[in-house]
Amino acid sequence: MILPIWYGAFLIKRVFQGAVDNIQILDENGDIDASLFPSGLDDKKILEMYRYMSFARALDAKCLSLQRQGRAVTYAPLIGEEATQVGSAMAMRAGDLFVPNFRQHAVYLVRGLPLEIMFLYWRGFEEGAAIPKEVGGFPYIVPVSSQMPHAAGIAFAQKYNKKDVAVLAYVGDGGTSEGDFYEALNFAGVFKLPMVAIIENNQWAISVPRSKQSAAETLAQKGFAAGIRCVQVDGNDVIAVYKVISEAIANAKDGPTLIECVTYRMSMHTTADDPTKYRDPAEVEIWKARDPIDRVRKYLSKKALWSLELEKAMGEEQLKIIDEAVAKAEAFKPDPKSMFENVYGYMPQVLQDELDDSVANNFWQG
Amino acid sequence: MKVNMVSAINNALDLAMAEKEEVVLLGEDIGKDGGVFRATDGLQAKYGEGRVMDTPLAESVILGASIGMAMSGLHPVPEIQFAGFMLMGFGQLANHAARYRSRTRSKFEVPMVVRTPISGGVRTLEHHSDSPEALYSHLGGLTVVIPATPYDAKGLMIKALHMRDPVIFLEPTKLYRLFKQEIPDEMYEVEIGKANLVKEGNDLTIVTYGTMLSVVNEVVEKKNLSADVLDLRTINPLDEKSILDSVKKTGKVLIVHEAPLGFGPGAEIAARIAEKAIFELDAPIMRVGSNSFPYPFPGYENYYIPNALKVSKAVDKLLST
Repeated sequence: MILPIWYGAFLIKRVFQGAVDNIQILDENGDIDASLFPSGLDDKKILEMYRYMSFARALDAKCLSLQRQGRAVTYAPLIGEEATQVGSAMAMRAGDLFVPNFRQHAVYLVRGLPLEIMFLYWRGFEEGAAIPKEVGGFPYIVPVSSQMPHAAGIAFAQKYNKKDVAVLAYVGDGGTSEGDFYEALNFAGVFKLPMVAIIENNQWAISVPRSKQSAAETLAQKGFAAGIRCVQVDGNDVIAVYKVISEAIANAKDGPTLIECVTYRMSMHTTADDPTKYRDPAEVEIWKARDPIDRVRKYLSKKALWSLELEKAMGEEQLKIIDEAVAKAEAFKPDPKSMFENVYGYMPQVLQDELDDSVANNFWQG
Repeated sequence: MKVNMVSAINNALDLAMAEKEEVVLLGEDIGKDGGVFRATDGLQAKYGEGRVMDTPLAESVILGASIGMAMSGLHPVPEIQFAGFMLMGFGQLANHAARYRSRTRSKFEVPMVVRTPISGGVRTLEHHSDSPEALYSHLGGLTVVIPATPYDAKGLMIKALHMRDPVIFLEPTKLYRLFKQEIPDEMYEVEIGKANLVKEGNDLTIVTYGTMLSVVNEVVEKKNLSADVLDLRTINPLDEKSILDSVKKTGKVLIVHEAPLGFGPGAEIAARIAEKAIFELDAPIMRVGSNSFPYPFPGYENYYIPNALKVSKAVDKLLST
């Protein structure tokens, strides 16, 4: 039977429609959209956010300098991404957990990881991945997006044990192209897990720009395919990040949320990378004007809550803490035996033989 | 009770779930369906959908989420429907399960038992018959187990669920229903990392495991051999001592496995014997395995898997040198 073309209009039902909101509260001039200002946030807390963001930038500079002096291995700088990391970390409740990739140094900082442990990681020792339980975090993960399934499982265990705990999982813009990213979101959606997936979209996956990572208008909308809530936020606005993540945490007992934080990698992918080879410096200048720390300083200065004197004192205090931690990390003496003793929960004879051989022949003296 | 291997595994899981609330099962079709081989049959009805979960069809997150669960106090038992599909989650096992303990100096542990059917001989479609034990053993950090009997399957599974390590539990499909055996009703453990001396003799040592144990036994009986037959049960870590003790006694050794010969478990075993007992040998070390290429379609599998004739010829050659 031949049907007239208009007949289709009666049969087609729209079965899905989605939209992604973008949230900004604190603009580049340090002005606030009061209608969106989150409850539970006050100037005292914003000051704290400012201190943490500044601390993270100082820490970053230190790690970079240590690497250039040969005192640290390859390091992944965070400069430019402080608002995404500090805003999300400060939104966490005491018992909440987080799963990072390899760049969330500021999250560890806010959650109280002793800095000498962080430095041990960047000096190339496994002891630097032994994150104390009270930090509520898991170690850095290097294979891109492979941490997302872990986060789903960790969230599963919280729900299984009937704990009101949210699990924050960080992934980059490049990471959203990995199968593990989608598998984890899909799994979290099906089991309604208390997971908050945070895309730290810094626009660059080493040399590949965001535009070549996905044809999707937003990375947040990838949540629709998994049937989970999704939202985009100005990732350089610590107040907006705080608000959106806080809401996702509050909703976590009902299921996961995907949040795209739009930020910018001001520096290199890692110390082994040279962005001048592939990135237009003019683009970096555009993002400098959107700096996440500058806008908080402007806000605080307008309210007369900040001054040059306070800035100077804070910088000195933070550097002192950093230097002490570096000294502790540099005093660390590795014990090669520990490599053998932590492979299994038991010691297989074949491994014991390899250990004994190394000790008996003084292989480690060379 | 007198049971086949698949029932023995089901019984072990049942007892472990009754013992510890932390034990949870997850995988494709393991709930109402009880798994495509029925290894988890009835467990969802008994323990509920909260502890026996049908997951989305996605191997990497089945294994990756299990790692997360294991680090958060649970003791998950993920089932991967066939070993061929476990490669989709290989990154999770190699990058994370194998090294989370060492990379955190034991601050984080990954206690879990990954179950998957292996080996061929049951005329399945391609990708359903692989023997990948060498892949997982080579990584280090993973304990790799292959039972050859219902008794061992139950005892090894219970032991694995009492450990704090990731255990790759490889179940030969051909043995699931091949024979029944009388086993205790209650919980018992079979030691992991310890080979089983199945037969004792003086003329040669045959080191084997999994599907090849019954082939080896058949040859030993038919030829009336005086042989030590060692069933490894654990591939990694290797029970080197039991192998060397036997080899030193008999002076001749044949290694038999279904996995392909090239870079296979037999190469590792032979190298260790050569390093540590070569002067106690009076014949070259011999190996029998599948041919060194990927598993064929089922129409060709009988030309590929080692059979009694191939083992028998190898024994003849070994005894004549």
